[in-house]
Amino acid sequence: MIPVRGSTEKSVHHLDPSRLQAVRVTQNVEVAPGIYRLSFPRPWEFIPGQCLALTMDPRRPSRFYSIASGAAEPLVEVLYDLVPDGELTPRLAVLAPGDEVFCSAPFGAFRDVEGPSCWIATGTGIAPFVSMARSRGAAGKLLLHGSRSIAGLLEKQMFASLLRDRYVPCCTREAAEGVFPGRTTAWLADRRLPAAERFLLCGNSEMVVEARDILIGRGVPFADVVAEIYF
Amino acid sequence: MKESLVGATRERLTEAAVAAGLPAYAGRQVADWIYRKGATDFDQMTNLSRAGRAALAERWEIGLSSPVKVRESADGTKKYLFACHGGFVEAAWIPEEDRGTLCLSVQVGCKMGCLFCMTGKQGFQAHLGAGEILNQYLSLPERARVTNIVYMGMGEPLDNLANVLDSLEVLTSDYGPGLSPTRVTVSTVGLLPAMRTFLDSTRCHLAVSLHTPFEEERRRLMPIENVHPLAEVLAELRSRRERGQRRVSFEYIVFGGLNDTPRHAKEMGRILNGIRCRVNLIPFHAIPGTPLDPSPRGKMEEFQALLRERGLLTTIRQSRGQDIEAACGLLSTRELVRSRGGSGE
Repeated sequence: MIPVRGSTEKSVHHLDPSRLQAVRVTQNVEVAPGIYRLSFPRPWEFIPGQCLALTMDPRRPSRFYSIASGAAEPLVEVLYDLVPDGELTPRLAVLAPGDEVFCSAPFGAFRDVEGPSCWIATGTGIAPFVSMARSRGAAGKLLLHGSRSIAGLLEKQMFASLLRDRYVPCCTREAAEGVFPGRTTAWLADRRLPAAERFLLCGNSEMVVEARDILIGRGVPFADVVAEIYF
Repeated sequence: MKESLVGATRERLTEAAVAAGLPAYAGRQVADWIYRKGATDFDQMTNLSRAGRAALAERWEIGLSSPVKVRESADGTKKYLFACHGGFVEAAWIPEEDRGTLCLSVQVGCKMGCLFCMTGKQGFQAHLGAGEILNQYLSLPERARVTNIVYMGMGEPLDNLANVLDSLEVLTSDYGPGLSPTRVTVSTVGLLPAMRTFLDSTRCHLAVSLHTPFEEERRRLMPIENVHPLAEVLAELRSRRERGQRRVSFEYIVFGGLNDTPRHAKEMGRILNGIRCRVNLIPFHAIPGTPLDPSPRGKMEEFQALLRERGLLTTIRQSRGQDIEAACGLLSTRELVRSRGGSGE
């Protein structure tokens, strides 16, 4: 295995300001240490799995975040990690209801269809799967979610209730009953692979690349693996 | 720690000169010493006052660093490894009869996660600064023979846009090496917002990694398709045609039995219609654990002929450096593994 040293630094994207619209924050809460959920009234339709660009100033670069709310819900929610020395998230973290942020229209084609799928996520990469589950349920799905902390297993209750034994929380730094002690990729490498028509991956690029290699190495056709890069 | 001057544009060099008590025009002289004369020490800058040189040295360093390793192929291709940010980046020197091409890296690792790429397996570690990008050129032993530069090494150039644009400004400026923008090509997987900025900001060439004309297939090969679909990238390029957009290259790694079929050629003709472009077919250098295979040379030539029949200017890139881990990211990955106690195999 290749040693990697990951980064939480998100890429910046220079969007034409005319592609951004002002929205007012409805809620902005720290849902786990260093992880926030920001919401605002939904200004458009979207397809679960899509993302949006977010910035505090339309003249400044944006960052991309997957939408974490249901398609029919009145609010759009995004999850973000506070990067203490980052340019955007320290400013996002202090936003209060009524404050203004700028977002793009939804975009992207990371989608699932009906039928058995295996969802694999790390950290806030869970967002598109939260959106899918809240939009259409999670029948036939199996979810592996990796986090450094138990608190970072976002929407644990919802997924445990929806998926029961087809929800596999994985935690690398803390132990808890019913939580696999290790990385999602360790679970994938050791266990019998779930019967799934497709595998959807979302999270840091190290996990995505490693999980994809494990799946392909274990005989899953690469055409059945779809990855959302997290950048 | 002192800040490096390599990578600084003329504006910043002028600021540095003035801060060192030198006249503003000395910024241009410093640029000339660093970017044209290859100075590695301020004392070499003999047309600056002694006091000015000392003031510069007190606060700044030039910041050039030599490669830590080189591997040379039987065909003359060389791969240089530069150490930075706790990892390694590769620069490939590719000499030919009538030209010398240097392939530069822009990131340590990569976030894009393309299925066929070794660099992505390192994960993302750091963006290179403009100076670290330029250092691969300025510290190259064959620097004087470089006629073309391609940003096709490790990392996604448009994911490191600000540093790439600064490095391009230096490379193509009259205070720098003065390369023609037409001899500098920047590749991208298709980061659309950054691509728009790039096209608005520079006359350098653009190469888009295409690899298959079919959306679903591209989603499996290149996760970026989920974020910025190729169709939107092509629409943007097509919309610029009337504004005199320069010719774009489309890079197409040919995988045996996957994307080298008549169906692919037909679709390529359809989606590239109306775009002034060249298609560059690239032999696949297999990487460990890949489910993809190289396409045989004969098959690539058939595919080239099919594309030409559809009016697409199509070339096949010569395969170079096969005996020195030609696949981008392979050499640096092995060095990274070795440096952290692994076998590198």
